[in-house]
Amino acid sequence: MSVSPATAAPVISARALNLTFRTADGPVDALRDVNLTIGKGEFVSFIGPSGCGKTTFLRCIAGLETPTAGTLTVNGMTPDDARRARAYGYVFQAAGLYPWRTIGGNIRLPLEIMGFSRADQAARVKRVLDLVDLSGFERKYPWQLSGGMQQRASIARALAFDADILLMDEPFGALDEIVRDRLNEELLGLWARTAKTIGFVTHSIPEAVYLSTRIVVMSPRPGRITDIIDSPLPRERPLDIRDTPEFIAIAHRVREGLRAGHLED
Amino acid sequence: MRRSVLPVLTVLAVLLAVWYAACLPMNIREVLTEAERAGATIDPPAAIDRRDMSRLALALRNPAHAGLSWSQDRARLPAPHQVAAEFWQTTVVEEGYSRRGIVQTGSLSNRSLVYHAWVTLSATAIGFVIGAALGIALAIGIVHNRAMDLSVLPWAVISQTIPIVALAPMVVVVLNAVGVQGLLPKAIISAYLTFFPVTVGMVKGLRTPDAMQLDQMRTWSASVPQVLWKLRLPAAMPYLFASLKIGVAASLVGTIVGELPVQRGGLGARMLAGSYYGQTTQIWAALFMAALLAALLIWAIVAIERRTLRRMGVAAL
Repeated sequence: MSVSPATAAPVISARALNLTFRTADGPVDALRDVNLTIGKGEFVSFIGPSGCGKTTFLRCIAGLETPTAGTLTVNGMTPDDARRARAYGYVFQAAGLYPWRTIGGNIRLPLEIMGFSRADQAARVKRVLDLVDLSGFERKYPWQLSGGMQQRASIARALAFDADILLMDEPFGALDEIVRDRLNEELLGLWARTAKTIGFVTHSIPEAVYLSTRIVVMSPRPGRITDIIDSPLPRERPLDIRDTPEFIAIAHRVREGLRAGHLED
Repeated sequence: MRRSVLPVLTVLAVLLAVWYAACLPMNIREVLTEAERAGATIDPPAAIDRRDMSRLALALRNPAHAGLSWSQDRARLPAPHQVAAEFWQTTVVEEGYSRRGIVQTGSLSNRSLVYHAWVTLSATAIGFVIGAALGIALAIGIVHNRAMDLSVLPWAVISQTIPIVALAPMVVVVLNAVGVQGLLPKAIISAYLTFFPVTVGMVKGLRTPDAMQLDQMRTWSASVPQVLWKLRLPAAMPYLFASLKIGVAASLVGTIVGELPVQRGGLGARMLAGSYYGQTTQIWAALFMAALLAALLIWAIVAIERRTLRRMGVAAL
Protein backbone atom coordinates (compact mmCIF):
# COMPACT_ATOMS: atom_id res chain seq x y z
CA MET A 1 0.00 0.00 0.00
CA SER A 2 1.34 3.40 -0.94
CA VAL A 3 1.81 6.27 1.46
CA SER A 4 -1.50 8.06 1.86
CA PRO A 5 -1.37 11.58 0.38
CA ALA A 6 -2.92 13.04 3.51
CA THR A 7 0.01 12.07 5.75
CA ALA A 8 2.85 12.76 3.29
CA ALA A 9 3.98 16.34 2.64
CA PRO A 10 2.03 17.66 -0.37
CA VAL A 11 4.38 18.25 -3.29
CA ILE A 12 1.73 19.28 -5.78
CA SER A 13 -1.57 20.73 -4.71
CA ALA A 14 -4.40 21.87 -7.01
CA ARG A 15 -7.56 23.52 -5.66
CA ALA A 16 -10.58 24.29 -7.87
CA LEU A 17 -8.31 24.60 -10.89
CA ASN A 18 -9.87 25.91 -14.11
CA LEU A 19 -8.30 26.59 -17.48
CA THR A 20 -10.22 27.97 -20.43
CA PHE A 21 -8.55 28.35 -23.82
CA ARG A 22 -9.86 31.09 -26.09
CA THR A 23 -10.04 29.71 -29.60
CA ALA A 24 -11.54 30.91 -32.87
CA ASP A 25 -14.54 28.61 -32.22
CA GLY A 26 -15.17 30.13 -28.79
CA PRO A 27 -13.87 29.21 -25.33
CA VAL A 28 -12.80 25.62 -24.64
CA ASP A 29 -12.83 24.27 -21.08
CA ALA A 30 -9.54 22.41 -20.95
CA LEU A 31 -9.73 21.93 -17.18
CA ARG A 32 -12.75 22.37 -14.91
CA ASP A 33 -12.70 22.23 -11.12
CA VAL A 34 -9.64 20.01 -10.76
CA ASN A 35 -8.75 19.15 -7.15
CA LEU A 36 -5.73 16.96 -6.51
CA THR A 37 -2.97 16.60 -3.94
CA ILE A 38 0.15 14.64 -4.75
CA GLY A 39 2.41 13.60 -1.88
CA LYS A 40 6.15 13.10 -1.86
CA GLY A 41 7.35 9.90 -3.50
CA GLU A 42 4.04 9.10 -5.17
CA PHE A 43 3.77 7.78 -8.72
CA VAL A 44 0.59 9.31 -10.14
CA SER A 45 -0.69 8.46 -13.61
CA PHE A 46 -3.14 10.58 -15.55
CA ILE A 47 -5.23 8.59 -17.99
CA GLY A 48 -8.05 9.56 -20.32
CA PRO A 49 -8.94 10.04 -23.97
CA SER A 50 -7.35 12.88 -25.94
CA GLY A 51 -8.74 16.29 -25.02
CA CYS A 52 -9.38 15.29 -21.39
CA GLY A 53 -6.81 17.80 -20.12
CA LYS A 54 -4.23 15.34 -18.76
CA THR A 55 -1.36 16.92 -20.68
CA THR A 56 -2.72 20.40 -19.98
CA PHE A 57 -2.72 19.66 -16.24
CA LEU A 58 0.89 18.43 -16.42
CA ARG A 59 1.84 21.59 -18.35
CA CYS A 60 0.15 23.71 -15.66
CA ILE A 61 2.29 22.02 -13.00
CA ALA A 62 5.36 22.83 -15.14
CA GLY A 63 4.30 26.45 -15.57
CA LEU A 64 3.96 26.02 -19.33
CA GLU A 65 0.26 26.92 -19.13
CA THR A 66 -1.36 29.37 -16.74
CA PRO A 67 -4.67 28.35 -15.08
CA THR A 68 -7.49 30.89 -15.44
CA ALA A 69 -8.85 30.20 -11.95
CA GLY A 70 -8.01 28.25 -8.79
CA THR A 71 -4.74 27.71 -6.96
CA LEU A 72 -1.87 25.44 -7.86
CA THR A 73 1.27 25.05 -5.78
CA VAL A 74 4.41 23.00 -6.42
CA ASN A 75 6.64 22.49 -3.38
CA GLY A 76 4.56 25.26 -1.79
CA MET A 77 5.49 27.74 -4.54
CA THR A 78 3.78 28.97 -7.69
CA PRO A 79 4.59 26.76 -10.70
CA ASP A 80 6.75 29.53 -12.23
CA ASP A 81 8.83 29.93 -9.06
CA ALA A 82 9.09 26.15 -8.75
CA ARG A 83 10.38 25.95 -12.32
CA ARG A 84 13.03 28.56 -11.59
CA ALA A 85 13.97 26.61 -8.44
CA ARG A 86 14.48 23.51 -10.67
CA ALA A 87 11.69 21.63 -8.91
CA TYR A 88 10.99 19.27 -11.80
CA GLY A 89 12.39 17.54 -14.86
CA TYR A 90 10.05 17.22 -17.81
CA VAL A 91 10.10 14.35 -20.29
CA PHE A 92 8.19 14.93 -23.53
CA GLN A 93 6.65 12.35 -25.84
CA ALA A 94 9.49 12.77 -28.32
CA ALA A 95 13.00 12.37 -26.93
CA GLY A 96 13.87 15.78 -28.43
CA LEU A 97 17.61 15.18 -28.41
CA TYR A 98 19.62 17.69 -30.44
CA PRO A 99 21.11 15.84 -33.43
CA TRP A 100 24.23 18.04 -33.35
CA ARG A 101 25.08 17.09 -29.77
CA THR A 102 26.33 13.75 -28.49
CA ILE A 103 24.28 11.91 -25.86
CA GLY A 104 26.59 13.36 -23.22
CA GLY A 105 26.26 16.82 -24.79
CA ASN A 106 22.47 16.54 -24.74
CA ILE A 107 22.41 15.64 -21.06
CA ARG A 108 24.84 18.49 -20.39
CA LEU A 109 22.54 20.99 -22.13
CA PRO A 110 20.27 21.85 -19.15
CA LEU A 111 23.34 21.82 -16.88
CA GLU A 112 25.07 24.38 -19.13
CA ILE A 113 21.94 26.52 -19.13
CA MET A 114 21.67 26.33 -15.35
CA GLY A 115 25.34 27.22 -14.92
CA PHE A 116 26.80 24.09 -13.31
CA SER A 117 30.61 23.93 -13.26
CA ARG A 118 32.34 21.82 -15.91
CA ALA A 119 33.55 19.22 -13.44
CA ASP A 120 30.11 18.97 -11.86
CA GLN A 121 28.54 18.61 -15.33
CA ALA A 122 30.83 15.70 -16.21
CA ALA A 123 30.15 13.92 -12.92
CA ARG A 124 26.39 14.34 -13.26
CA VAL A 125 26.34 13.14 -16.88
CA LYS A 126 28.21 10.00 -15.86
CA ARG A 127 25.91 9.37 -12.91
CA VAL A 128 22.61 9.71 -14.78
CA LEU A 129 23.90 7.67 -17.73
CA ASP A 130 24.63 4.87 -15.24
CA LEU A 131 21.17 5.36 -13.78
CA VAL A 132 19.40 4.74 -17.12
CA ASP A 133 21.89 2.03 -18.12
CA LEU A 134 23.47 3.98 -20.98
CA SER A 135 27.08 4.13 -19.77
CA GLY A 136 29.47 3.98 -22.71
CA PHE A 137 27.10 5.88 -25.01
CA GLU A 138 28.19 9.34 -23.89
CA ARG A 139 30.07 10.08 -27.13
CA LYS A 140 27.49 8.59 -29.48
CA TYR A 141 25.15 10.79 -31.51
CA PRO A 142 21.36 10.38 -31.15
CA TRP A 143 20.96 8.83 -34.61
CA GLN A 144 23.26 6.01 -33.53
CA LEU A 145 20.75 4.97 -30.81
CA SER A 146 17.41 3.15 -31.02
CA GLY A 147 14.17 4.97 -30.14
CA GLY A 148 14.01 3.35 -26.70
CA MET A 149 17.61 4.29 -25.92
CA GLN A 150 16.95 7.86 -27.06
CA GLN A 151 14.00 8.10 -24.67
CA ARG A 152 16.17 6.74 -21.86
CA ALA A 153 18.71 9.44 -22.65
CA SER A 154 15.96 12.05 -22.44
CA ILE A 155 14.95 10.70 -19.02
CA ALA A 156 18.60 10.92 -17.95
CA ARG A 157 18.62 14.54 -19.12
CA ALA A 158 15.53 15.28 -16.98
CA LEU A 159 17.23 13.66 -13.96
CA ALA A 160 20.59 15.40 -14.39
CA PHE A 161 19.88 18.47 -12.28
CA ASP A 162 18.39 16.59 -9.31
CA ALA A 163 14.82 17.78 -9.46
CA ASP A 164 12.57 15.98 -6.94
CA ILE A 165 9.67 15.80 -9.35
CA LEU A 166 9.64 14.02 -12.70
CA LEU A 167 6.84 15.02 -15.07
CA MET A 168 6.42 12.64 -17.99
CA ASP A 169 4.05 13.30 -20.89
CA GLU A 170 3.42 9.99 -22.71
CA PRO A 171 7.16 9.32 -22.75
CA PHE A 172 6.81 5.82 -24.21
CA GLY A 173 3.83 6.54 -26.48
CA ALA A 174 5.84 6.28 -29.69
CA LEU A 175 7.63 3.03 -28.79
CA ASP A 176 6.61 -0.55 -29.55
CA GLU A 177 5.11 -2.66 -26.78
CA ILE A 178 8.15 -4.84 -26.09
CA VAL A 179 10.44 -1.84 -25.62
CA ARG A 180 7.72 -0.11 -23.64
CA ASP A 181 7.44 -3.05 -21.18
CA ARG A 182 11.19 -2.98 -20.59
CA LEU A 183 11.26 0.78 -20.06
CA ASN A 184 8.26 0.59 -17.69
CA GLU A 185 10.10 -1.97 -15.59
CA GLU A 186 13.25 0.17 -15.62
CA LEU A 187 11.27 3.27 -14.71
CA LEU A 188 9.87 1.53 -11.63
CA GLY A 189 13.41 0.53 -10.64
CA LEU A 190 14.57 4.10 -11.13
CA TRP A 191 11.67 5.42 -9.06
CA ALA A 192 12.48 2.99 -6.23
CA ARG A 193 16.15 4.02 -6.23
CA THR A 194 15.68 7.80 -6.49
CA ALA A 195 12.47 8.33 -4.48
CA LYS A 196 11.23 10.93 -6.96
CA THR A 197 7.65 12.09 -7.17
CA ILE A 198 6.42 11.19 -10.64
CA GLY A 199 3.51 12.56 -12.67
CA PHE A 200 2.93 10.35 -15.69
CA VAL A 201 0.51 10.98 -18.57
CA THR A 202 -0.54 7.96 -20.61
CA HIS A 203 -3.45 6.54 -22.53
CA SER A 204 -2.51 2.94 -21.93
CA ILE A 205 -4.51 1.28 -19.13
CA PRO A 206 -1.97 -1.52 -18.41
CA GLU A 207 0.84 1.02 -18.29
CA ALA A 208 -1.04 3.22 -15.82
CA VAL A 209 -1.99 0.32 -13.55
CA TYR A 210 1.46 -1.29 -13.67
CA LEU A 211 3.35 1.90 -12.78
CA SER A 212 1.20 3.94 -10.44
CA THR A 213 0.48 4.24 -6.77
CA ARG A 214 -2.52 6.33 -7.77
CA ILE A 215 -4.39 6.55 -11.05
CA VAL A 216 -6.27 9.72 -11.97
CA VAL A 217 -8.98 9.03 -14.56
CA MET A 218 -10.00 12.06 -16.61
CA SER A 219 -12.63 12.76 -19.25
CA PRO A 220 -13.06 15.47 -21.87
CA ARG A 221 -15.42 18.38 -22.64
CA PRO A 222 -14.88 19.84 -20.10
CA GLY A 223 -11.58 18.30 -18.99
CA ARG A 224 -12.13 17.00 -15.46
CA ILE A 225 -11.23 14.26 -13.00
CA THR A 226 -13.84 11.49 -12.89
CA ASP A 227 -12.12 8.97 -10.61
CA ILE A 228 -9.01 8.66 -8.43
CA ILE A 229 -7.92 5.09 -7.76
CA ASP A 230 -5.47 4.12 -5.00
CA SER A 231 -3.55 1.10 -6.14
CA PRO A 232 -3.37 -1.81 -3.67
CA LEU A 233 -0.43 -3.31 -5.58
CA PRO A 234 2.89 -3.63 -3.72
CA ARG A 235 5.77 -1.29 -4.63
CA GLU A 236 7.82 -4.21 -5.85
CA ARG A 237 6.19 -5.16 -9.19
CA PRO A 238 7.51 -7.83 -11.53
CA LEU A 239 6.06 -7.71 -15.06
CA ASP A 240 3.88 -10.81 -14.46
CA ILE A 241 1.95 -8.95 -11.77
CA ARG A 242 -0.23 -7.96 -14.72
CA ASP A 243 -1.80 -11.42 -14.68
CA THR A 244 -2.93 -11.25 -11.02
CA PRO A 245 -6.61 -10.72 -10.09
CA GLU A 246 -5.78 -7.48 -8.21
CA PHE A 247 -4.18 -5.99 -11.31
CA ILE A 248 -7.09 -7.03 -13.51
CA ALA A 249 -9.58 -5.61 -10.99
CA ILE A 250 -7.90 -2.17 -11.02
CA ALA A 251 -7.63 -2.22 -14.80
CA HIS A 252 -11.34 -2.99 -14.93
CA ARG A 253 -12.16 -0.06 -12.63
CA VAL A 254 -10.07 2.29 -14.78
CA ARG A 255 -11.86 1.07 -17.89
CA GLU A 256 -15.23 1.60 -16.21
CA GLY A 257 -14.19 5.13 -15.23
CA LEU A 258 -13.15 5.93 -18.78
CA ARG A 259 -16.40 4.53 -20.16
CA ALA A 260 -18.50 6.52 -17.66
CA GLY A 261 -16.73 9.71 -18.74
CA HIS A 262 -17.63 8.96 -22.32
CA LEU A 263 -21.29 8.14 -21.66
CA GLU A 264 -21.87 11.57 -20.15
CA ASP A 265 -21.16 13.25 -23.50
CA MET B 1 35.26 12.30 -57.70
CA ARG B 2 37.00 10.22 -60.35
CA ARG B 3 33.70 8.95 -61.74
CA SER B 4 32.55 12.49 -62.50
CA VAL B 5 35.61 13.30 -64.65
CA LEU B 6 34.34 11.67 -67.83
CA PRO B 7 30.88 13.31 -67.85
CA VAL B 8 32.42 16.70 -67.08
CA LEU B 9 34.96 16.35 -69.88
CA THR B 10 32.21 15.25 -72.31
CA VAL B 11 30.11 18.31 -71.54
CA LEU B 12 33.19 20.50 -71.89
CA ALA B 13 34.00 18.98 -75.30
CA VAL B 14 30.44 19.55 -76.53
CA LEU B 15 30.51 23.18 -75.35
CA LEU B 16 33.85 23.80 -77.08
CA ALA B 17 32.54 22.24 -80.31
CA VAL B 18 29.44 24.46 -80.24
CA TRP B 19 31.63 27.49 -79.54
CA TYR B 20 34.00 26.77 -82.45
CA ALA B 21 31.04 26.15 -84.78
CA ALA B 22 29.41 29.42 -83.70
CA CYS B 23 32.59 31.34 -84.58
CA LEU B 24 32.08 30.56 -88.30
CA PRO B 25 28.83 32.52 -88.94
CA MET B 26 29.60 35.12 -86.26
CA ASN B 27 32.87 36.23 -87.84
CA ILE B 28 32.31 35.38 -91.53
CA ARG B 29 31.59 38.93 -92.84
CA GLU B 30 34.80 40.41 -91.49
CA VAL B 31 36.73 37.32 -92.66
CA LEU B 32 35.39 37.66 -96.21
CA THR B 33 36.06 41.42 -96.41
CA GLU B 34 39.62 40.80 -95.31
CA ALA B 35 40.09 37.95 -97.82
CA GLU B 36 38.70 40.08 -100.65
CA ARG B 37 41.17 42.86 -99.84
CA ALA B 38 43.93 40.25 -100.00
CA GLY B 39 42.80 39.38 -103.55
CA ALA B 40 40.68 36.27 -103.08
CA THR B 41 37.45 35.68 -105.00
CA ILE B 42 34.38 35.52 -102.84
CA ASP B 43 30.99 34.00 -103.61
CA PRO B 44 28.96 36.13 -104.35
CA PRO B 45 31.61 38.59 -105.60
CA ALA B 46 29.64 41.84 -105.14
CA ALA B 47 29.69 43.30 -101.63
CA ILE B 48 26.15 44.58 -102.12
CA ASP B 49 24.87 41.04 -102.70
CA ARG B 50 26.59 39.83 -99.57
CA ARG B 51 25.11 42.57 -97.43
CA ASP B 52 21.64 41.06 -97.44
CA MET B 53 22.70 37.43 -97.15
CA SER B 54 22.57 35.63 -93.85
CA ARG B 55 25.86 34.92 -92.07
CA LEU B 56 25.12 31.22 -92.11
CA ALA B 57 24.65 31.17 -95.92
CA LEU B 58 27.87 33.16 -96.40
CA ALA B 59 29.78 30.70 -94.25
CA LEU B 60 28.38 27.73 -96.21
CA ARG B 61 29.20 29.26 -99.62
CA ASN B 62 32.80 30.16 -98.75
CA PRO B 63 34.18 27.13 -96.90
CA ALA B 64 37.70 27.88 -98.13
CA HIS B 65 37.94 31.04 -96.02
CA ALA B 66 35.98 29.75 -93.03
CA GLY B 67 39.11 28.74 -91.16
CA LEU B 68 40.08 32.38 -90.74
CA SER B 69 37.03 32.81 -88.43
CA TRP B 70 39.06 31.28 -85.64
CA SER B 71 42.02 33.64 -85.90
CA GLN B 72 40.50 37.11 -86.30
CA ASP B 73 42.24 39.89 -84.39
CA ARG B 74 39.04 41.62 -83.35
CA ALA B 75 36.51 38.85 -83.75
CA ARG B 76 32.90 39.35 -82.84
CA LEU B 77 33.17 35.97 -81.19
CA PRO B 78 36.76 35.00 -80.41
CA ALA B 79 37.57 31.29 -80.55
CA PRO B 80 38.27 29.40 -77.31
CA HIS B 81 42.00 29.12 -77.99
CA GLN B 82 42.20 32.90 -78.55
CA VAL B 83 40.52 33.51 -75.19
CA ALA B 84 42.83 30.98 -73.57
CA ALA B 85 45.87 32.72 -75.08
CA GLU B 86 44.62 36.12 -73.86
CA PHE B 87 44.03 34.66 -70.41
CA TRP B 88 47.57 33.20 -70.36
CA GLN B 89 49.09 36.46 -71.63
CA THR B 90 47.31 38.67 -69.10
CA THR B 91 47.95 36.42 -66.12
CA VAL B 92 51.10 34.30 -66.20
CA VAL B 93 53.05 36.20 -68.89
CA GLU B 94 52.12 39.69 -67.65
CA GLU B 95 52.93 38.93 -64.02
CA GLY B 96 55.80 36.53 -64.59
CA TYR B 97 57.76 37.97 -67.49
CA SER B 98 56.77 41.60 -68.19
CA ARG B 99 58.67 44.53 -66.66
CA ARG B 100 55.47 45.59 -64.79
CA GLY B 101 54.80 42.13 -63.33
CA ILE B 102 55.06 40.97 -59.76
CA VAL B 103 58.24 39.01 -60.45
CA GLN B 104 60.13 42.16 -61.58
CA THR B 105 58.53 44.84 -59.39
CA GLY B 106 57.14 42.99 -56.39
CA SER B 107 53.64 44.34 -56.96
CA LEU B 108 50.85 43.26 -59.30
CA SER B 109 50.78 44.86 -62.76
CA ASN B 110 47.69 46.99 -63.29
CA ARG B 111 47.37 45.51 -66.79
CA SER B 112 47.04 41.96 -65.59
CA LEU B 113 43.85 40.04 -64.94
CA VAL B 114 45.31 38.84 -61.66
CA TYR B 115 45.39 42.44 -60.45
CA HIS B 116 41.80 43.10 -61.53
CA ALA B 117 40.62 39.80 -60.06
CA TRP B 118 42.27 40.74 -56.76
CA VAL B 119 40.52 44.14 -56.75
CA THR B 120 37.17 42.42 -57.36
CA LEU B 121 37.83 39.63 -54.87
CA SER B 122 38.74 41.96 -52.00
CA ALA B 123 35.64 44.13 -52.50
CA THR B 124 33.50 40.99 -52.84
CA ALA B 125 34.91 39.51 -49.63
CA ILE B 126 34.29 42.69 -47.63
CA GLY B 127 30.81 43.11 -49.13
CA PHE B 128 29.97 39.48 -48.47
CA VAL B 129 31.03 39.66 -44.82
CA ILE B 130 29.07 42.91 -44.28
CA GLY B 131 26.02 41.53 -46.11
CA ALA B 132 26.05 38.15 -44.36
CA ALA B 133 26.46 39.77 -40.92
CA LEU B 134 23.65 42.22 -41.67
CA GLY B 135 21.46 39.38 -42.98
CA ILE B 136 21.98 37.27 -39.87
CA ALA B 137 21.43 40.26 -37.56
CA LEU B 138 18.18 41.18 -39.33
CA ALA B 139 16.96 37.57 -39.14
CA ILE B 140 17.70 37.42 -35.40
CA GLY B 141 15.77 40.69 -34.96
CA ILE B 142 12.84 39.45 -37.04
CA VAL B 143 12.57 36.20 -35.08
CA HIS B 144 12.69 37.92 -31.67
CA ASN B 145 10.79 41.14 -32.23
CA ARG B 146 7.23 41.24 -33.44
CA ALA B 147 7.49 44.79 -34.78
CA MET B 148 10.53 43.84 -36.85
CA ASP B 149 8.80 40.66 -37.96
CA LEU B 150 5.96 42.70 -39.42
CA SER B 151 8.01 45.57 -40.83
CA VAL B 152 11.44 44.46 -42.04
CA LEU B 153 10.83 41.69 -44.52
CA PRO B 154 8.48 43.64 -46.85
CA TRP B 155 11.10 46.41 -47.06
CA ALA B 156 13.82 43.88 -47.71
CA VAL B 157 11.76 42.46 -50.59
CA ILE B 158 11.16 45.94 -52.02
CA SER B 159 14.88 46.73 -51.76
CA GLN B 160 15.63 43.79 -54.04
CA THR B 161 13.14 44.85 -56.74
CA ILE B 162 15.20 47.97 -57.54
CA PRO B 163 17.56 47.12 -60.43
CA ILE B 164 21.08 47.12 -59.02
CA VAL B 165 22.40 48.60 -62.29
CA ALA B 166 20.30 51.71 -61.62
CA LEU B 167 21.18 51.87 -57.94
CA ALA B 168 24.93 51.29 -58.16
CA PRO B 169 25.93 54.62 -59.79
CA MET B 170 23.82 56.52 -57.23
CA VAL B 171 25.49 54.74 -54.31
CA VAL B 172 28.90 55.52 -55.79
CA VAL B 173 28.05 59.20 -56.43
CA VAL B 174 26.43 59.74 -53.02
CA LEU B 175 29.28 58.06 -51.13
CA ASN B 176 31.84 59.97 -53.20
CA ALA B 177 30.11 63.23 -52.21
CA VAL B 178 30.65 62.41 -48.53
CA GLY B 179 34.25 61.41 -49.16
CA VAL B 180 33.96 57.61 -49.19
CA GLN B 181 35.91 56.09 -52.06
CA GLY B 182 37.83 52.99 -52.97
CA LEU B 183 36.71 49.53 -51.90
CA LEU B 184 33.84 50.56 -49.67
CA PRO B 185 31.25 51.80 -52.22
CA LYS B 186 31.65 48.56 -54.19
CA ALA B 187 31.51 46.50 -51.02
CA ILE B 188 28.28 48.26 -50.00
CA ILE B 189 26.65 47.50 -53.34
CA SER B 190 27.78 43.91 -52.96
CA ALA B 191 26.46 43.74 -49.38
CA TYR B 192 23.13 45.16 -50.60
CA LEU B 193 22.67 42.09 -52.80
CA THR B 194 24.05 39.63 -50.24
CA PHE B 195 21.97 40.37 -47.15
CA PHE B 196 18.63 39.43 -48.68
CA PRO B 197 19.05 35.69 -49.30
CA VAL B 198 20.83 35.38 -45.94
CA THR B 199 17.96 37.10 -44.10
CA VAL B 200 15.28 35.00 -45.78
CA GLY B 201 17.19 31.75 -45.21
CA MET B 202 18.08 32.53 -41.61
CA VAL B 203 14.53 33.58 -40.62
CA LYS B 204 13.39 30.19 -41.85
CA GLY B 205 16.32 28.44 -40.16
CA LEU B 206 15.95 30.18 -36.79
CA ARG B 207 12.28 29.19 -36.77
CA THR B 208 12.86 25.46 -37.37
CA PRO B 209 12.83 24.52 -33.64
CA ASP B 210 9.31 23.27 -32.90
CA ALA B 211 6.98 24.12 -30.00
CA MET B 212 8.19 21.10 -28.01
CA GLN B 213 11.84 22.12 -28.23
CA LEU B 214 10.97 25.66 -27.15
CA ASP B 215 8.83 24.34 -24.26
CA GLN B 216 11.73 22.14 -23.23
CA MET B 217 14.00 25.20 -23.07
CA ARG B 218 11.34 26.91 -20.95
CA THR B 219 11.26 24.03 -18.45
CA TRP B 220 14.96 24.72 -17.89
CA SER B 221 14.23 28.47 -17.52
CA ALA B 222 16.62 29.21 -20.41
CA SER B 223 17.12 32.89 -21.30
CA VAL B 224 16.43 34.23 -24.79
CA PRO B 225 20.17 34.42 -25.68
CA GLN B 226 20.63 30.84 -24.44
CA VAL B 227 17.76 29.62 -26.64
CA LEU B 228 19.30 31.49 -29.58
CA TRP B 229 22.81 30.24 -28.98
CA LYS B 230 22.14 26.63 -27.99
CA LEU B 231 19.03 25.83 -30.05
CA ARG B 232 18.09 28.29 -32.79
CA LEU B 233 21.52 28.97 -34.30
CA PRO B 234 22.71 25.34 -34.46
CA ALA B 235 19.32 24.34 -35.91
CA ALA B 236 19.68 27.05 -38.57
CA MET B 237 23.13 25.96 -39.81
CA PRO B 238 21.99 24.04 -42.92
CA TYR B 239 19.84 27.03 -43.93
CA LEU B 240 22.70 29.42 -43.27
CA PHE B 241 25.06 27.65 -45.66
CA ALA B 242 22.42 27.29 -48.38
CA SER B 243 21.77 31.03 -48.26
CA LEU B 244 25.48 31.90 -48.02
CA LYS B 245 26.05 30.07 -51.32
CA ILE B 246 23.37 32.17 -53.01
CA GLY B 247 24.67 35.26 -51.20
CA VAL B 248 28.28 34.88 -52.32
CA ALA B 249 27.25 34.64 -55.98
CA ALA B 250 25.16 37.80 -55.51
CA SER B 251 28.14 39.50 -53.83
CA LEU B 252 30.35 38.91 -56.84
CA VAL B 253 27.71 40.23 -59.25
CA GLY B 254 27.18 43.27 -57.01
CA THR B 255 30.89 44.08 -56.93
CA ILE B 256 31.26 43.75 -60.72
CA VAL B 257 28.24 45.99 -61.28
CA GLY B 258 29.67 48.45 -58.74
CA GLU B 259 32.93 48.55 -60.69
CA LEU B 260 31.25 49.80 -63.86
CA PRO B 261 30.71 53.39 -62.62
CA VAL B 262 33.85 53.46 -60.41
CA GLN B 263 36.29 52.59 -63.22
CA ARG B 264 39.27 52.07 -60.91
CA GLY B 265 40.22 48.53 -61.72
CA GLY B 266 38.37 45.30 -61.16
CA LEU B 267 36.83 42.79 -63.53
CA GLY B 268 33.79 45.03 -64.12
CA ALA B 269 36.00 47.91 -65.24
CA ARG B 270 38.03 45.50 -67.37
CA MET B 271 34.91 44.23 -69.16
CA LEU B 272 33.64 47.75 -69.77
CA ALA B 273 37.02 48.85 -71.17
CA GLY B 274 36.99 45.81 -73.44
CA SER B 275 33.60 46.77 -74.82
CA TYR B 276 34.69 50.43 -75.37
CA TYR B 277 37.66 49.37 -77.49
CA GLY B 278 36.08 46.35 -79.18
CA GLN B 279 38.45 43.97 -77.38
CA THR B 280 36.15 40.96 -77.24
CA THR B 281 38.89 38.54 -76.18
CA GLN B 282 39.59 40.81 -73.20
CA ILE B 283 35.92 40.70 -72.21
CA TRP B 284 35.82 36.94 -72.53
CA ALA B 285 39.02 36.48 -70.54
CA ALA B 286 37.60 38.72 -67.77
CA LEU B 287 34.37 36.69 -67.85
CA PHE B 288 36.31 33.49 -67.32
CA MET B 289 38.25 35.08 -64.48
CA ALA B 290 34.93 36.08 -62.86
CA ALA B 291 33.66 32.50 -63.23
CA LEU B 292 36.89 31.24 -61.68
CA LEU B 293 36.45 33.62 -58.73
CA ALA B 294 32.84 32.48 -58.26
CA ALA B 295 33.98 28.85 -58.23
CA LEU B 296 36.68 29.68 -55.70
CA LEU B 297 34.23 31.47 -53.38
CA ILE B 298 31.65 28.67 -53.55
CA TRP B 299 34.36 26.10 -52.93
CA ALA B 300 35.51 28.02 -49.84
CA ILE B 301 31.97 28.08 -48.43
CA VAL B 302 31.43 24.39 -49.15
CA ALA B 303 34.70 23.63 -47.34
CA ILE B 304 33.60 25.63 -44.27
CA GLU B 305 30.16 23.99 -44.42
CA ARG B 306 31.67 20.49 -44.43
CA ARG B 307 33.93 21.24 -41.50
CA THR B 308 31.12 22.83 -39.50
CA LEU B 309 28.59 20.09 -40.16
CA ARG B 310 31.13 17.37 -39.43
CA ARG B 311 31.86 19.02 -36.10
CA MET B 312 28.11 19.06 -35.49
CA GLY B 313 28.04 15.28 -35.93
CA VAL B 314 26.32 15.07 -39.30
CA ALA B 315 27.36 11.66 -40.57
CA ALA B 316 26.71 11.53 -44.31
CA LEU B 317 28.65 14.31 -46.03
